[in-house]
Formats: sequence, structure tokens, C-alpha cells
Amino acid sequence: MNKKMYSPLVITFCILIAVIYFNACVSEKGKTANTAMTTDRSVVPEVVDFNFHVKPILSDRCFKCHGPDEKTMEGGLQLHSKTKAFAALGKKKDHYAIVPGDAEASTLVQRIYSEDPAEVMPPTESNLELSENEKAILKKWIEQGAEWKSHWAFIPPQKPEIPKVTDPSWPRNEIDYYVLARLESEGLAPSPRASKEMLLRRLSFDLTGLPPTLEELDAFLADDSPNAYEKQVDRLLGTDAYAEHMAAKWLDIARYADTHGYQDDLERVMWPWRDWVIHAYQQNLSYDKFITWQLAGDLLPEPTLEQIIATAFNRNHKITQEGGVIPEEYRVEYVADRTQTFGTAFLGLTMECARCHDHKYDPVSQKNYFELFSFFNNVPENGLIETYGAIPKPYIKLTQKDIDEVVQFINNVDSLDEIPLMVMEEMEEPRQAHILNRGAYDQPTDPVYPNTPAAAGAFGEQYDKNRLGLAGWLLAEDNALFSRVTVNRFWQQFFGTGIVNTTEDFGNQGALPSHPQLLDWLAVKFREEGWDVKAMLKYIVLSATYQQSAKVTPALLEKDPENRLLARAPRLRLSAEMIRDHVLASSGLLNRTIGGPSVKPYQPPGLWAEKTGGGGGSTAKYVPDTGQDLYRRSIYTFWKRTVPPPSMMTFDAASRDFCSVRRQSTSTPLQALVLMNDPQVIEASRVMAARAVADGEGLEGTIRQMFRRATSRYPAQEELQLLVGYFQEELTRFEQEPEAASEFLAVGEYQQDNLLPPAEMAAYAMVATAIFNLDESINKS
Amino acid sequence: MEKILNNRAHSMNRRAFLSKASIGIGTAALSSLLGCNLLRTSENDLVTGQAGLGVLGSPHFAPKAKRVIYLFQSGGPSQLELFDYKPLLNEIRGQDLPESVRQGQRLTGMTSGQDSFPLVGSLFPFKQYGQSGAWISDLMPYTAKIVDELCIVKSMYTEAINHDPAITFFQTGSQQPGRPSMGAWLSYGLGSMNENLPTFCVLLSRGTGRPNGQPLYSRLWGNGFLHSLHQGVQFRAGKDPVLYLKNPDGMDSTSRRRMLDKIAQLNQQQLEEYGDPEISTRIAQYEMAYRMQTSVPDVMDTSKEPEYIYRMYGPEAMQPGSYAANCLLARKLIEKDVRFVQLYHMGWDQHDNLPNAIARQAKDVDQASAALILDLKQRGLLDETLVIWGGEFGRTNYSQGVLTDTNYGRDHHPRCFTIWMAGGGIKPGLVYGETDEFGYNITEKPVHVHDFQATLLHLLGIDHERLTYKHQGRRFRLTDVHGELVKDWLA
Repeated sequence: MNKKMYSPLVITFCILIAVIYFNACVSEKGKTANTAMTTDRSVVPEVVDFNFHVKPILSDRCFKCHGPDEKTMEGGLQLHSKTKAFAALGKKKDHYAIVPGDAEASTLVQRIYSEDPAEVMPPTESNLELSENEKAILKKWIEQGAEWKSHWAFIPPQKPEIPKVTDPSWPRNEIDYYVLARLESEGLAPSPRASKEMLLRRLSFDLTGLPPTLEELDAFLADDSPNAYEKQVDRLLGTDAYAEHMAAKWLDIARYADTHGYQDDLERVMWPWRDWVIHAYQQNLSYDKFITWQLAGDLLPEPTLEQIIATAFNRNHKITQEGGVIPEEYRVEYVADRTQTFGTAFLGLTMECARCHDHKYDPVSQKNYFELFSFFNNVPENGLIETYGAIPKPYIKLTQKDIDEVVQFINNVDSLDEIPLMVMEEMEEPRQAHILNRGAYDQPTDPVYPNTPAAAGAFGEQYDKNRLGLAGWLLAEDNALFSRVTVNRFWQQFFGTGIVNTTEDFGNQGALPSHPQLLDWLAVKFREEGWDVKAMLKYIVLSATYQQSAKVTPALLEKDPENRLLARAPRLRLSAEMIRDHVLASSGLLNRTIGGPSVKPYQPPGLWAEKTGGGGGSTAKYVPDTGQDLYRRSIYTFWKRTVPPPSMMTFDAASRDFCSVRRQSTSTPLQALVLMNDPQVIEASRVMAARAVADGEGLEGTIRQMFRRATSRYPAQEELQLLVGYFQEELTRFEQEPEAASEFLAVGEYQQDNLLPPAEMAAYAMVATAIFNLDESINKS
Repeated sequence: MEKILNNRAHSMNRRAFLSKASIGIGTAALSSLLGCNLLRTSENDLVTGQAGLGVLGSPHFAPKAKRVIYLFQSGGPSQLELFDYKPLLNEIRGQDLPESVRQGQRLTGMTSGQDSFPLVGSLFPFKQYGQSGAWISDLMPYTAKIVDELCIVKSMYTEAINHDPAITFFQTGSQQPGRPSMGAWLSYGLGSMNENLPTFCVLLSRGTGRPNGQPLYSRLWGNGFLHSLHQGVQFRAGKDPVLYLKNPDGMDSTSRRRMLDKIAQLNQQQLEEYGDPEISTRIAQYEMAYRMQTSVPDVMDTSKEPEYIYRMYGPEAMQPGSYAANCLLARKLIEKDVRFVQLYHMGWDQHDNLPNAIARQAKDVDQASAALILDLKQRGLLDETLVIWGGEFGRTNYSQGVLTDTNYGRDHHPRCFTIWMAGGGIKPGLVYGETDEFGYNITEKPVHVHDFQATLLHLLGIDHERLTYKHQGRRFRLTDVHGELVKDWLA
């Protein structure tokens, strides 16, 4: 095959097309920036703004050698701070990188335009370069006076003014003013409201992770009252499914898993904490408490059992039991993991970059890193699980009495006498933390004490130097990051992309907000109104912005392919959990039990066994559950970190190896194979078919119902006829091959009464499988 | 009313979609024409689909190798019983490891508490072979015959001292999980050369040396932060060689084709209504899935291989899922232009009963590894195919546990170990690097894991410093911020 010859002509043609397409993709991206983002670098703006135009270039191309990390600084120049960037350079202190208003005199300009390979910046060996436009932006900024501004994310948000719009009839709340003002400035108009069916589908998936039932669709369609939509919002926010869905998102951030994660990957019991998360969302625990309890519940005065359970958040990291491990090496990893999780989840900062050296891009020194590290360094823990089955200290044991009387939200299905749970505990004498040279456990240098990076806000005297103090610092009014980072994630939940699309990075290398004022509005509102999560989510989904149609006009696609301006609703694929839950719910198989130990649904046989080294105990071999446990929501699927559930990983689930605040949304052939062949889908298909048939609506009625269960709408006539034709073809085949019909209907262990002859049932089930495989079935809008 | 709007949107969006593809054909059509399926992500400009261009467009320089077969020996094979001949250890057998040799280097928790560190030489004799005069032990008779095809590196070293971090380090360049595997980097950088099979295929086998030893983790062939198209796809023995590949019972391929045609038609209508290019990508991915349903079982079927091939690879090649069968399969995948085939053979972690265990384990792999080289050569494929044989670290020169006349064990040793390479631009007949006479420290030409990775990328035409992916504000590389090309290895 490799020797196969292609004619030169064919090859040339292929290359030509490839090149054209490649360029098309690239230039298209240029256009995106051009119209949608003010950070665009494909044109040189009239007025150059430091934050939007200049700093992203400096950070990305210059900070590596001229940024915060003093150890790798070259030529005495640092460009991350105003004083340093404007300081005199050279032995004689006779020249300046930046001379405001005088580009010619600025060595920065001379060097970026230099044609001498020994002079030009960035240097060739850095593999970085500046485009002509980027050079022009830097030059123009200096010509215009080189106005310096602080990094936006480090300035505490203040409630901005509501912008004026020319069409005040569209906005439903303040969100829409910010969005519309921006659209109007770009000469765009919002899209019409989505159809009621699509709205309820989107809303149900976004708030509960499940599709609307046929009854819910009918009720909403029949409700003509002005607040019909709001009633649906309230109904959905009140469901248990809402709490489960919100918890599922939190598990990625908390890197929750049912195993320890290294080598033999032994089972652990953390699900009581997961049950607590669901409970917290059910109760709409205010977000400040939600965070404080998880960070420092144990340090609260006379903590309740619930508050202690919440601290398991910081014990969800991986823990090793590998025989030869040097315990301190891994203990340091656990503390580093907590530090990284704190940085990513609550600050939107890549703190981990400062473990081995000062941060290359953000004002976070290695000392800052280890000061933050020291908050999490005082757990009386061991780096190594020394005996199989031992529960890593510190932990509590939850008794049946506790569950009966205090923490009823824990679902002790198996009636265990005692359930162990790893939690946080503070050593009486804090362990002295040090800066670790190159981040290595065995190279401690200077001692450090609890503190926060100054750039993110000083750690004032009023705060105790422990995790509780840290939580207080996070929640304070002058904290610039926490509330923004949080509301940005909420936004991402509904729009697929945050207002800052780098949800994990609000630093210099992160994206700039598409709607900075809107972000600040939401951040301040969330804090001022008592960190009320349900109220915030309700506020977002009541906006007209959220309720737009996802259909895209050619002009809009051309102007804003990535939908950063929100002149339409995004069309988003369901998450891994939602896809499976949707299939189960649409078929009626979904088991709505809440909480309890994780379960093991269908999985291709042998996946665990072929990778085990013989150890692992209960995780050496996957034994699927039977009966109703096969149909639980995916949040309850047992998560073995080293061999995670393959169908969910295929749909971009997070690995749970570390804190993750954003998933990919990819499209691959392996995804097609899962939907085509996973017994979970095939079984659900026949069950959905059987339920639809049971309603006795005839051929077309049955297909219409199945289609609607999966897509929340009735098929158009053309679509219906296509599926009817398909049914007939499959019916003919199954009548000719009756054994094929019985085989197809036997996939999965669920027992059902077939109301029709097998050939007919199997043909309906095939139609159902086809419907589940539609792109629309796995999309929200 | 809605209907009217839809119809309008329909015609307009179709045009928009076509203009988006810029040359008047949609992504799906382009895909089938070229196998090119370029997708964009918000972070980095381009990622590649199953076939077509990688992010680099073309390599940085002319590649010596087009494909890789990595025969990963999981658990840490003992260099001292296989390739690194140390007669001194036999002469001073039982003496304690001198501190002047150990130099305070750390040991694993399994032997750091031992009262003594009795040195032990190989129970298996060594001889010199070939033009290169390479020393090979009697455990590897077939490998011994092909030494002049190999570049044997005795001076590999790593930073990790235990399996999980060490194997993760070798495969991803980082001891902690989360980074993309080598094969994923190559898929991302270079794209695919075929449109029917994954770019990065993974095959597992369990050795007889210490069958219950070290586990494997699916993250070893994961895509990390790269697009999930770049993940390694496991090929397994049995009826369902790729997960979820097989049609459900009661459904044959005609029926599957019919279903996919209906799905494609309905998806096409959605595309026309919503104008979302993701729908056309989805259509293309279903077609690729369908092609895989045929191409994967085809390539897995080794029943048509002639008798002499089975004689070369050995009788175990008849047993699906064995190392030998996987070597044969690797050759078949390479013939189909799969870019990266990664085997993992478990069982090299011989802390005790090493002599018996390593004899069995070596027998598992010796004949088939050598046969693979010869087979590739006779097909003219070796020149363009880089083959690598090696594990995550080596083993100590002292015995773990009690040393007897016939028995001993060895602990993990990251400070020196041996791997070999062949084909694809590698200088054949080279024995590279040297260790001290105790087999403990490297004395000449040390090669760090990142150097090895940099050189591997170089052979495929990639400057390791210029294949990057920007993630969390930082440009990540397989070699992190390290790695030096080992020029001496280049043919």
C-alpha cells in the first residue's frame, strides 16, 4: 500500500486543495478576530489599547525572557510591569525599550524591526515571531504615548453602567443590554426567539442534563401565560435532576474518582462527599458556604458533620500505593495538587507554572506559589498507602446512626455499618513549608508562610493564616478573581464558551473577555445578592440572549463563526454524561435513584483485566452490575482513573486526574461507533420502540413519538417518510431473517413484553437506533 | 411562518456553508476526496482529522522515518541479563555495592531499607555478535543474529524511580498524568497517511516472566490536551478488535449501510436548516467509522499469512493477543500506513526470582522482535519505519532480597539502562554509550528520556522545539523544555 503510486497530477491536485483549504481555515480565523474580537491583530486599530492589543503580544512573545521570571530575564529588560518596562537600559543607562511618543528612539521598536538575525526580537532560536501587524501595533502604541494599564483581571470588578441600546424592546434583563449594545456597535441584530420546543429542550438539558419528557413538552406548548417560560425555569431548578447535573460539573473541578489513580489504582470511597455535593445543590446552599465548607469546613467553629464531609473536596486528588515510592515525594504532589486545584478553580490562574520557577507570564513568583502551597501543607497524611485496602489518613467513619440522624442525604444502599471518608484535618503544629528548588520534594530552600499572591489581592491581617482565612480572602469584596471566575463558568455552562473563553486562565496569557462589562456586572451581582446559585442561573436563562434561536444566517456565520458576539444561541453537543442519560431517559429506562456507591453499567469485557498487574483488588476486573443499576445517571458510573469508562472518555469526559474546568467538544469516528453499537444505546432503542408502540398510534404515530422523545420535536413530513421507508426496508429484512430480529431484540438484559411480532419490533428498534444517532439527538438546540 | 423562514434559511445557509469551505465543496466531500479533515479549535489554529495534514502542514525537514513501531517492554527489563555485559559483577558476586559507586543516589522504598546491597552478575553468559561485536546474552539468540541492524543504546537514563511516573514520563515527557502521548503528538503534528485506520494504534500483551506485575493505564496512549482524534486506539484480540466496532447482533453490514445512509440524509437536512458546519463533520466521522468496520477486521486477519512468516515470528504468532501476534499485526498496520504502532508487553518487573522469570520473558519477545525487523527489511519497509525496543528504566546491579547461587532479584534502576532501535534513519550496527564496570553509572554519552524523544521526533522530520500546543497559556512540547538531538544515532 505504501508503495502505491499516484500520478503526479493527482498528487498536485490534492496538495493544491489541501493548501487552499488549510489557508482558508487560517484566514477564516483571521476574519473571526477581525469582526468579533477587539483583540484582533489582523488590522492595526485607530487607537491602540494596552490591554486589548499590546499586552497579549508582549506576554505571548516577549515575557518568556522579558517577563516576571527574574532568573531567565535577558538584557535587564522586563516588560510585565510599567516601572521596569520604562526603565533605562544598558551599562550606561542611556537607552530605553519604550520611549513614549517616540518610536524611533525606542529600542523595542528597533529590535523588532531589525533585519540583523543577531539583533531581531524575538530571537530566531525562540521559535517565536511577530507578524507585520503585531509589530505595527507595538509601534503605534508607543507613538500614541504608550499608555500602560493594569491587567484587567486583577482590578476588582465594579458594577458598570448599563449601556444604552437603540432597540429597547428586545432586552429582558441587563444581560441583554450588554449583548445588544455590542451587537449594535457591530451592525448586527439578535436572532429571533427559539421555538418553544427547542427552548424547553435547551433549558432542560442546561439545567438538569436531561431532555424534556413528552408531557413536559405538551404542558409548555399548551401554556400561553406570559410567564410560561419562567415557570419552566422554576420547575427545573426545583428538581433533583438539577442538583445531580450541577454536581456532575463540580466533579470535574473536584477531580472526583472512585479509585486512587496511580499504578494498581485501588478503589476508594468518596461517594458520600459526592452525595453531599448533590445535597448542597438541592438545598441551594449559598456559594460562599459551598466553597468555604469544602476548603475549610473542619476549621469552622464547632463544625457540623456536614461541614466536615464537605472538606473531602481536597482529598479527591490521586494517592499512590506503588511499592517503591518515597512517601515525601508523593505527599508533596498531593499538596501541589490542592494548590493547583485552588488556582484553577477559584482564581483562574495557572499557579502550577510557578512551582519550579517564577511564573513566565503572570505576577506569581515561586515564593508566592509555595506560600499558597503552605495553606494545604498541614494535613496529617502519608504520601504512600502502605497496606492494600488501608484508608489514607485523615478520615472519618460515618455510621448508620449519623446517616439516620444527621446526614440523611447519604444513600447507604448497602446498609454498611461504617462508611469511611477521607477528609481534611489541620495538624496542631503546622508543617514548615519551604520553597522547593525546581519544585523537587528533596530540595527545600527558604521557609515560607501562608500568604496569597499580591497581584491577586493582599492577604490582610484580618485573615487567619489557614484555609479558613484563605476562604475569607477569596470571598471578600476586593477579591478581583473569584466571583468573575465563578460566573464565567456558569456562563460557559449555558453558552459553551465563557465570556473569558479560557475558563482556566484569567492571567496574561488567557483570553480577554468578549463582554468585559457584562462579566463584571454578573460578578458583582452574584456577590451582592448573596451568592445565590439558582438565582444567578435563573437570571442567565431568563435573558433574551439565552433564548435566541441557534439557526445561523450566512452573514452571521461569515462575520462571527465562533459566536463570540452572541447574535444567536450556540448549537452545542451534549456532554458525555448527558448523551448516555438522554438515551436512557428518552427510552424510559433511566433509574432516578439518587446517590450511593458508584455503579458499573455495560462496558466492553476485559478492559480492566487486560491492564491489571494482578493487583487492584476490586478494580482488577470489571464486573458489570445487573438490573436497575445499569440504568443510573452517568454521574454515578464508577470512575476508575487509569481505565476510565471508554464510552464517556470518547465523548470528551475529563480524566479526573486533576482539576478540569473546561472540556473539549470533539467529533470523532469513535463517537460514531459508540452510538452505533454500544449495547446501552441498542437496548434503549428497543425499549423506546416498545414504549412508543404500546401507545398504539400506528406506524407513523409510533415513529413520530420516538423521534420526538429523542429530539423534542415532531419530524417534518419529509423526515417522517424517510423513516417510514426505512422501517419498511428493515421489516422486510427481519421477516426474511427472523433470527436476526430475535438477536437484535436480545441486546441488553432488560426484559420486555413485545406487543408486536419480533420482526416488526426489531424494525422499530432499528428506527430508534437511527434516531439516537442523529446529530440533532446529541445536540441541545 | 416558521416553515417559510426555514426554507429561506435553508438556501442561504447552504451557500454560507459552501463558502465556508472556500472552494465550493463541503467538508464531507473534501474529506472523501482527500481524506483531509481539518477541524479548528478555539485554542490552536488547526487540528487534523484521521487523514490528511497535521498541524505542521509539512515536516520541518525531510523525514527519515515515516512510521514508528514502539515495542514497549513494560516493567523495566534488566539490562544486566540482556545487553550490558558486566563480568566484574560475576567476579565480585556477593560483595556490597561500594558507596563510591552509589554516590548517595536514592533507591526505591523496596530496597532502601536493605542491610546490604550484594552485587550480582548475570547468570546467563554473553557473547559478541556481528560486525559491531555487540555483547548479547544467551537469552536473546534471535536478537543476537540481527545486531548489525540495531543501534543498541546502553546509556539511557530517566528521572523516575517507580513504574507509574517512569512509564508516564517515557510516553508523555512528564511524570504526572495529563500530557499527550508520543503517538498523539505525531498524529497532531503530521496527520495521518490513511483514511481507513486510526493514526495511532495500540496493542497489549501479557508476558510470562511475571504475568502479575505492573499494570498499564489507558492514559499512556491518551491525547492529553490535544484533540481526541489523536488518542491511541487500542486493537484487541477477539471479535470486537476496536471498542464498539462490531455491529450489534441482528445487524449485518448491508443493514448498517442502510442505516448510515438514512442518518446521513437526515443530518444533511439539519445541516441545511441550521447551517452548522459541525454537522458535516459528524457526517464525515460516521463514514470513517463505517470504513473502520471493514478495514480493522481486515488488517487484524492474519490467517492469510504464509507459513514461512509464522516460522519467522514463532508459533506464538498464531495466538491472538500474544506479543508475537502483535508484532506481526504491527507489520500489517505499518503496511497500511498507520503512523504509530505502540505495543506494550507486560511482565519485566522482576524483583525476585529474576533468573527464571527473565528467561521466560525474553523468550516471549526475542524471536518475534527480531522477525519483525527482518520482515520489515525484506518488504523494503525498514528504511522508513523506526522500530524501538525498551522499557521505562533498568534494574539494579545488586540483589533485591536474598542472593543465592541460583536466585536473586533486582530493584528499579533509573541511572542506566539499555534500549535498541532499528530502521528509519537510525545508524545500524552501533553500540552507543557506556556504563561503569559495576553497571551502575553511565560513563559515556548519557541519553536522557527527553533526548530520546527529541531524536525520535527528528527522525520523523520534526524539530522537537517547534511542535507545540498552546494550553493554559503555555506552549507545551513532548520534550517539555529539555531534549537534545542525539546526532550520533543518525544514519
